[in-house]
Amino acid sequence: MLKYVVRRLAWSIPTLCFVTFLVYVALRIGTNPVESYKRINPRASPEKIAQYIDVNGLDPNYVRGYFRWLVNFITLDWPRSIKGSREVAPALKDALANTLRLGTAASVVGITVGLLLGIFAALRPGGRRDVAVNTAAFVGISIPPYVSAILFQLFFAVYWSRWFGSTLFPTSGVYPPGQTGFNLGLMIRHMVLPTMVVAIQIIAVYARYMRSSLLDVLSSEYMRTARSKGISERRVLFKHGLRNALIPVVTIAALDVGSIVGGLIITENIFSYPGMGKYFLSAFGEGDFPLLMPWMVLIVFSVLLFNLLADVSYAWLDPRIRLE
Amino acid sequence: MPTPILEIRNLQVTFNTPVGPLVAVRGVDIDVHAGEMLAVVGESGSGKSVSFLAAMGLLPRSATVTGSVLLDGQQIVGMSPKQMRSVRGRLMSMIFQDPLSALNPVHRVGAQITEMLRAHSKMSERAANARAVELLEIVGIPQPGDRAMQYPHEFSGGMRQRVVIAMAIANSPKVLIADEPTTALDVTVQAQILEVIQRVQVQFGTAVVLITHDLGVVARVCERVNVMYAGCFVERGNVHGIFEQPTHPYTRGLLASLPQTGVERLVPIAGFPPNMLRPPSGCAFRARCDHAVEACGSAIPPLVPVGESESACIRASELMGRK
Ligand SMILES: Nc1ncnc2c1ncn2[C@@H]1O[C@H](COP(=O)(O)OP(=O)(O)OP(=O)(O)O)[C@@H](O)[C@H]1O
Ligand code: SF4
Ligand SMILES: [Mg+2]
Repeated sequence: MLKYVVRRLAWSIPTLCFVTFLVYVALRIGTNPVESYKRINPRASPEKIAQYIDVNGLDPNYVRGYFRWLVNFITLDWPRSIKGSREVAPALKDALANTLRLGTAASVVGITVGLLLGIFAALRPGGRRDVAVNTAAFVGISIPPYVSAILFQLFFAVYWSRWFGSTLFPTSGVYPPGQTGFNLGLMIRHMVLPTMVVAIQIIAVYARYMRSSLLDVLSSEYMRTARSKGISERRVLFKHGLRNALIPVVTIAALDVGSIVGGLIITENIFSYPGMGKYFLSAFGEGDFPLLMPWMVLIVFSVLLFNLLADVSYAWLDPRIRLE
Repeated sequence: MPTPILEIRNLQVTFNTPVGPLVAVRGVDIDVHAGEMLAVVGESGSGKSVSFLAAMGLLPRSATVTGSVLLDGQQIVGMSPKQMRSVRGRLMSMIFQDPLSALNPVHRVGAQITEMLRAHSKMSERAANARAVELLEIVGIPQPGDRAMQYPHEFSGGMRQRVVIAMAIANSPKVLIADEPTTALDVTVQAQILEVIQRVQVQFGTAVVLITHDLGVVARVCERVNVMYAGCFVERGNVHGIFEQPTHPYTRGLLASLPQTGVERLVPIAGFPPNMLRPPSGCAFRARCDHAVEACGSAIPPLVPVGESESACIRASELMGRK
């Protein structure tokens, strides 16, 4: 297992190189970095521009340019952002930390509630609670995050303050304007709404996967064997049913990380939450090549990582799968 | 005759289906005596599995069970789920048809056996493990100690069925229901599995109910046979008596469809079993019976003694003479 993980990680290096090369080309065609630089710094001297081209690896030849960029990237010699000449690494780190916090909270809430609802529904297929969960999951999937985000903002901020005189949950940022330093309570209150928006999507998806997977498992022969042993229904369900039901859920869930990330990007933007999503959209808007490339590398890397994680947990759940 | 260990009386099972009630078992009586090997045969869909799943309390919620099932003197029909659990796996256990899907793929074979042991006794984990290995040895699995640590997918079909048997006999049950235990297996393996079941029957004094399509198997290992058709027993008695002189036209048809030395062609019974959503009145075999007369449609014929056996055909004695 460990050997497998190490090998997979080693393999991810060439994959990363290849994918980032594609990203590099796409960004150069899509955002035209040199023009963007000139637009944002209209009075930049030709030497400055030449230097910008050099440190970012923006050689007219894509291959040569890419390797120039790669060397600078690996040696941590990262160029500064074109707007405001900010250091990229700290900005990226902050954005990542905020997103990880939001993404983790939403995933923990979403996956737990989603799995529980799926189990709850599957135990009485066709029953009232099954129909209720199915309908709710359908609605949850159908409502895009930008709609639910705005509904939440209206309800918890606008109407709530109209009815009760104060907003229950703030609708933007991580802290109120002017707050300096760490404050857990404030942070949590700011995270509630965006977490809910993202979690709803996750809940809806997981509830459906879990329901159908568990239904399959419940009708399988080994469940009847388990029941024929005279053990409690709860043990039959938890010891024999759940682990089997989770196997397909884990596989599908790994493929779904993309849509969760998509939901995060949109949600962060609506809530002005300073995470990876906001980072990307503003950097993309400015055509800020030095900010965009490391972001892309990080995203590609995390996709690879999640895939590996899914494969490992898959093998851990299912003894028939041998990783080699 | 001693009181039977399992005594089923007028067992009826109805499934509540979206298209209406389906009567799968229509008044079945069975006596299983301690330590015997009893055969239940019949076509697919005749209600063999459902009858014994009902006795095990393993039917889905959509099933309504009435009648009486006495296991070692305890009434099982209407038992609370908790009482039922204490019986299931301890006094009576069941082997299913497909060993490939009967074991949980994600748990070690040994653990699946110890679970059975520890469900009914306060055994330490250590003792249960040791016993599980012993049981694997009893059912003829080589290197039982290593095998106990493996997962079901590391076993062949026949070996898995041995594991299932080891599990079923873990608590030395009084009754073992073997529901087509060899149907899914290779012919060569079938004989070995039957041998294991027979050995268990002798060694543990367990009564075995062998549900099967295979009359050849019945002739080899059983003493008494029950023939089921459309949710009822149509004939029962001593295996050899029935093989020599079947009294019910359905049994005769079954025997005629057996591959025999010297006979080239198999003669399957023409027609299909009745639709149990709308069970026919009277003898359910009527539509396929060459000897049917009008009186056959008036009431379900009860089992009555005919010669050595019991038969649920109103013309049984008359037809016996003709042969
Ligand atoms: N869960 C269920 N819901 C509805 N009908 C069922 C259910 N289980 C079994 N039946 C019906 O009950 C009847 C008897 O089925 P059963 O499984 O007992 O047949 P069987 O004699 O064991 O046949 P086989 O040899 O194919 O195993 C069949 O008509 C079947 O369709
Ligand atoms: S009762 Fe009538 S229909 Fe039924 S088996 Fe006998 S002769 Fe045939
Ligand atoms: Mg069956």
